[in-house]
Amino acid sequence: MCFTQNFWSFFIGGIANGFLYALIALGYTLVYGVLQLINFAHSEVFMSGGFAGYFVINAVIGQSSPHGLASVGLIVLGTAAGAVGGAVVAYLLERVAYRPLRRRKAPRLAFLISAIGASYFLYNLAGKEFGRNGYSLPFLFPFQTGITVFGTAIQTYWVVIAIAAMIMLLLLDRIVAATRLGRGIRAVAQDAETASLMGVNIDRVIAQTFILGGILGGAAGFLFGISSGVVYSMGFTPALKAFTAAVLGGIGNIRGAMLGGLVLGVAENMGVICAPTEWRDVVAFGILVAVLIIRPTGILGERLGRSA
Amino acid sequence: MTTVPDAAPTTVANDVIVAIKDLSLSFGGVRALVDVTLNQARGELLSVIGPNGAGKTCLFNCLTGVYHPQQGSITFYGQHGKATEIVGRKPHLVNRLGIARTFQTSRLFNGLTAFENVKIGVESRQHTGPVGAMLKLPRTRREEREGDARSEELLEFVGLRARGNELASALPYGDRRRLEIARALGTNPHLLLLDEPAAGTNPAEKSELGTLIRRVKNELGVTVLLIEHDMGLVMSLAERIIVLNFGRVIATGTPAEVQHDPAVIEAYLGAPTDDDSYVPIEPDPDGGD
Amino acid sequence: MSAVASTTLTLFRSAKQSAHVRRGVACILGLLVLAVMTGPSGSNTAPVAGFTGSLFHSRVFIFLGIGVGLWALITVWNLWGEAIRRTNDSLLTLPRRLLPDRRVRLVIYAALLAVAIILPLHVNAFWQDVLVDQIGIYVLLAIGLNVVVGYAGLLDLGYIAFYAIGAYSTAFWTGALPVHPPMVLNAFWAIPFAIGTAMLSGVLIGAPTLRLRGDYLAIVTLGFGEIIQIVATNLQGVTGGSQGVSAIPHPDVNLPGIHYSWLIDPLPYYYLLLVFVVAALIAYSFLEHSRVGRAWTAIREDEVAAQSSGINVLKYKIMAFAIGASTSGFAGMLEASKISFIEPGDFTVQLSILILVLVIFGGMGSLLGAVVGAAFLQWFPWYLKEHPMFGFQDQDLYIYLGAILVLTMIFRPEGLIPSRRRKREFGLAEHGLGTADAMSGTTDPVP
Repeated sequence: MCFTQNFWSFFIGGIANGFLYALIALGYTLVYGVLQLINFAHSEVFMSGGFAGYFVINAVIGQSSPHGLASVGLIVLGTAAGAVGGAVVAYLLERVAYRPLRRRKAPRLAFLISAIGASYFLYNLAGKEFGRNGYSLPFLFPFQTGITVFGTAIQTYWVVIAIAAMIMLLLLDRIVAATRLGRGIRAVAQDAETASLMGVNIDRVIAQTFILGGILGGAAGFLFGISSGVVYSMGFTPALKAFTAAVLGGIGNIRGAMLGGLVLGVAENMGVICAPTEWRDVVAFGILVAVLIIRPTGILGERLGRSA
Repeated sequence: MTTVPDAAPTTVANDVIVAIKDLSLSFGGVRALVDVTLNQARGELLSVIGPNGAGKTCLFNCLTGVYHPQQGSITFYGQHGKATEIVGRKPHLVNRLGIARTFQTSRLFNGLTAFENVKIGVESRQHTGPVGAMLKLPRTRREEREGDARSEELLEFVGLRARGNELASALPYGDRRRLEIARALGTNPHLLLLDEPAAGTNPAEKSELGTLIRRVKNELGVTVLLIEHDMGLVMSLAERIIVLNFGRVIATGTPAEVQHDPAVIEAYLGAPTDDDSYVPIEPDPDGGD
Repeated sequence: MSAVASTTLTLFRSAKQSAHVRRGVACILGLLVLAVMTGPSGSNTAPVAGFTGSLFHSRVFIFLGIGVGLWALITVWNLWGEAIRRTNDSLLTLPRRLLPDRRVRLVIYAALLAVAIILPLHVNAFWQDVLVDQIGIYVLLAIGLNVVVGYAGLLDLGYIAFYAIGAYSTAFWTGALPVHPPMVLNAFWAIPFAIGTAMLSGVLIGAPTLRLRGDYLAIVTLGFGEIIQIVATNLQGVTGGSQGVSAIPHPDVNLPGIHYSWLIDPLPYYYLLLVFVVAALIAYSFLEHSRVGRAWTAIREDEVAAQSSGINVLKYKIMAFAIGASTSGFAGMLEASKISFIEPGDFTVQLSILILVLVIFGGMGSLLGAVVGAAFLQWFPWYLKEHPMFGFQDQDLYIYLGAILVLTMIFRPEGLIPSRRRKREFGLAEHGLGTADAMSGTTDPVP
């Protein structure tokens, strides 16, 4: 009973969440592609985007709710602010926590530890500076769209996320496929040494990759914050799930991250459709462990950049 | 010098040590090995040669359980001539059965000394567990002493006794190759797979390696399967040669037979045009390249 | 373009190249970050108060001054440090020459042991409590995690899970949980059960996950640490839920000839802990220098070569995990029966990270390093709290810990007191030889 009753709302809601996961997952997958490293601190990039978006929106309209075109404008503004916030933090991360290690050719364990340290540093610094309580955003748009699909009322939020995410994902796809930066990213992902011999500025490409991931993650942070508010600890769980999504789709594989995000969003909701939602995280984690054990290369296959 | 049990030093009888049948391995679209069939007799020094990319190292990887071939079987007759299927087994188990290997690029434990590297090989046959180690039980202490003694023996055998306390990373290139052989011997193998042991070595080191390999066969009774590019070394050591190209066996036979085999020549030098004459691969009587 | 603009641009570019300038900028920025870290906190109503209070305030000049001073110091050291080091002053090189000598080390250890035994008798009850809860337990946890991270090179970010399992096991076997055991035991006799359960969990968790690559293992263990807390909170009927479990009895020994009860006095717990710490130190030191320790080193250096040399990599990884888990389990048991109350909030992922920092900062793979690291890093927050100029609140500790991790990796990855082997490995890794860890997975094809 509860299954059929809730199916479509959980399914569509799952897709919306999935888009968010996809945006965050891309940050992991892009960095993994060029550095073969999991950017542990990406959760804080997400969080920074959320706060950046919040502060800008707060500065512009305080707590009042906008209507019509102003709504759209503010969503765009907030997302852009989030993207900038995420990009800045991602760039700083690369310069401070990773580049010195790359210079010294540190072993991979060192990178991972540094990432963890950076993550904890930013997480707790945010807690100190912004306080332990959450900040909620004003309603930027009416809750319901009034549209009903398969008997489920479509929430405006879902539509907003879907559109914003799709735009960004398309842009990313084009950037990676058709621009110089994209070619650089793909070259470094395949063979960094040869790429540098061919004149690719590795440092610059890596920094730009981080920035790209930061833009997406930060934007996702703002979008997430619209509905759930922003708080210093907001990054941990969504980022862990997004990582699961990235692995699910095939780490290093951009299309994979997008697909993995959507699949995870739906699967996670399906897992708790009839169960108390506190167990949702456990379901997501279970999926992570299952994927890693059964098919660690993911659905679309890992693209480490090394030849098979 | 302790000898490996069950191996007679000089017989090259119908006593097969490893039988590979119809082995096929693919990666994605690449067919690395196609229907490879070969037998090696116990005590026979067999060499596998072929152009780069022919699949030689892939063959070794299948033999040691690192790669899983899609088709075919590898039957190993190790301890007491008992037949065991290698395909599908994990690498450390394959080593337990009696197959040891060296790698194309020496994979030594660089942060450890030469002595410790060999000792790790030797210790893989010991039985001390965590409890014994933590409590320093008498058996543990005994195994430790035995391990030390055997490691010294093996270092002596490969001529590295003097460098035992040097870090593996500090050893000159030729010594690294020999150390890897010592470590492999420490695991008490019946069959030793050597992957281009002479690669990158100078003529003096090459001839020392040749001598060492012969001693492994004659004094230790270990059967050797050798991948090598240096034809001088191959011709002087091998009793029989197998030639691979594009994953297939294109020729087998004695060195003399293989030298004159047109298929082999074609694989290395390309097909002859009308006014070419065959150029047999002659071993350099001075043993160098 | 005007001459001024292009000159400025050229100057800017050459400044960017200069190592001195970069170092200066780094020092100053670093100290500004420190100013923010030690400054007032923000809050919901005043989110930028922390920043403005730290930076737009006269105290910022102190930090800028220190930043400049640090820059000067480093520059001077780089210029003249080499000369100072080369004078080979016998006094300066004394420690380095003496330490490798076994007899010297044994004397030092004996002295430390004597201090450890005598010191608690001369401090008041508050400090005795601190010695057990704040220092002793963490020393033990660091020693245990050192086996997993330091010896076997496995990055476990969920170590506190085993601690929780040990604690809840103790609660179970002493009858304090809503679910009752087949036989109610005294807390003392629950020790082997706590250790055993923890070890078993280590094996069960390890078996499927230790095949994974290093970075994946880290994430999975992190997730697991998080999950343990969720499970403990939500399984009301079994674990008592978020209210926790109370009235866990203290240990008691009642054998013919020996009667002893631990009550609320911290001192007996301290000595019980000390016995285990010393036993662990000795046992793990033996372990390190045995074939097991060598197998772990081989696995860390080159998993494929280790496998080909007959080492069952998975078995040894699980072994490390289980041994680490058992140590953690015992620690959980001790605290549970000492404090008599446990709740899911005691077992946060943050604590796992804290223990990791103890091990890494102290020196991965070095027992002495683990002990020193634990002692230092447990003293550190107390020191910060005592000095109000640091504006320290309890949760701020992790800001410092995070920074310590990053800085340690950048400047001294082998830790404060490195194990000799690890120091070699890090050095070699930087020259392209080896990976110094178990980060290369068995999924890597042989080249």
